Amino acid sequence: MSAQPGTAVIGGGIVGLCVALGLAARGHDVQVFDGPDRDMRASQGNFGLVWLQGKGAGYAPYARWSHEAVGAWAGFASRLTALSGVDPALRQEGGYEFFTDPAELEQFAQDLHRQAATLGAGHAFEMLGPDDLAHRLPGIGREVAGATFCPRDGHVNPLRLHLALRKACLASGVRTSAGAGVISVQGLAAGGFSIRSRDGRAVQCRRVVLCAGLGSAVLGPQLGFRAPIRAQRGELLITERLADRLPFLSSTIRQVDEGGIQIGGTKAAADTDGETTGQMAALARHAIQVWPRLAEVNVLRSWAALRVLTPDGYPIYQRSVDHPGAFLVTCHSGVTLAPLHATRLAEWIDGDPAAPDLEAFDEERFAVS
Amino acid sequence: MKNDSRFRDAPGAAARTMRLCLDGRWLTARAGESVAAALLAQDGAATRSTPVSGAGRTPFCMMGVCFDCLVTIDGRQNQQACMTEVRDGMVVERQQGARRTAAAS
Repeated sequence: MSAQPGTAVIGGGIVGLCVALGLAARGHDVQVFDGPDRDMRASQGNFGLVWLQGKGAGYAPYARWSHEAVGAWAGFASRLTALSGVDPALRQEGGYEFFTDPAELEQFAQDLHRQAATLGAGHAFEMLGPDDLAHRLPGIGREVAGATFCPRDGHVNPLRLHLALRKACLASGVRTSAGAGVISVQGLAAGGFSIRSRDGRAVQCRRVVLCAGLGSAVLGPQLGFRAPIRAQRGELLITERLADRLPFLSSTIRQVDEGGIQIGGTKAAADTDGETTGQMAALARHAIQVWPRLAEVNVLRSWAALRVLTPDGYPIYQRSVDHPGAFLVTCHSGVTLAPLHATRLAEWIDGDPAAPDLEAFDEERFAVS
Repeated sequence: MKNDSRFRDAPGAAARTMRLCLDGRWLTARAGESVAAALLAQDGAATRSTPVSGAGRTPFCMMGVCFDCLVTIDGRQNQQACMTEVRDGMVVERQQGARRTAAAS
């Protein structure tokens, strides 16, 4: 058997691999425990957005954290490509939110004003009416009542990002266990932790970082975390590859670097990841409303995946009170926040004096008083 | 390079009574056969090139699964030749790379 790791990261998705990469870069001996292939994996079903627009409108720390993340993405993408030889295909040229309902547009505009007030000078967004859009995006659907635009938004190829992270981790000395299926994590009386897998293997480590997505809802309480995490299903369509480039990125319609169009954005409380005909039809209708030229394009694939959500939608970064050396890291926007999870969060886990103050993201905000 | 078809007529095969146009050249085909079968019977040349690497492809699975038989049929791009029955006068073009959407109206 291999030597016991200093730090165990439970979860080999985008969040777990970022944390592992960050800790390895700080010189730690890290082992990632990844679950079986058939686990629910947001990292393999997501939309790949690097998105600031609207984030943290009602919660300044999240607006600032997301802003720092999108600003760090270009450098992070270069670092990942250099480490892994895999280009995550970052395109960060701005993104739109399209609205067919003027009331919804107005409400979202208020969110953007609140977000801008938090972020201050240097942050800008645009409001666009139908005439602006017709001028800027000839071919836009007539039912689009308006749009907002944030120049910092972008996207990556999420599967390539995942691959790049895995290769970057390997190149950085991180060990990974595939199909480990962790079923329990116990704090030991003498300090440290014992991690038990479904196949009966047990590994001891000095520190443990729980990044298991929906699995953290089960494992978290074993370490004294509240871990109030729930699943939200999102469904997606993907079309055949197109030779022409879509002249925009939106939070619901994006063109993958290889040419296919991904259409998504549905939200439903659910624990299963099957698609529904009704939601898929709604996605297709939405895409044609926004960009009527897509009407003749064939849909090749569809899937659903489960988002990992906290009650307020913001991340949880929590040190265990009961078990020093145990950490819970969970968030919905694992792609957007990746550059910080691989740098600043690792500082915070290490207790580095230069680490950011992440108290705004601890679990105490969910305490019932 | 000569690209002969690897398929030969079975003894007693029905006569070719339909005409279809492939990239401007008229071919004959049998009533009831798929466009993919008609193309494979003509020659062994690629019937499409892939969008990412540009590699040549011909019909493969003949049952609607592999999407390697994509061609443009009567102006509609990326049609599955194996799932489309030959019609007299049909116009077929090899699919070169990714399809395009219609020009802005």
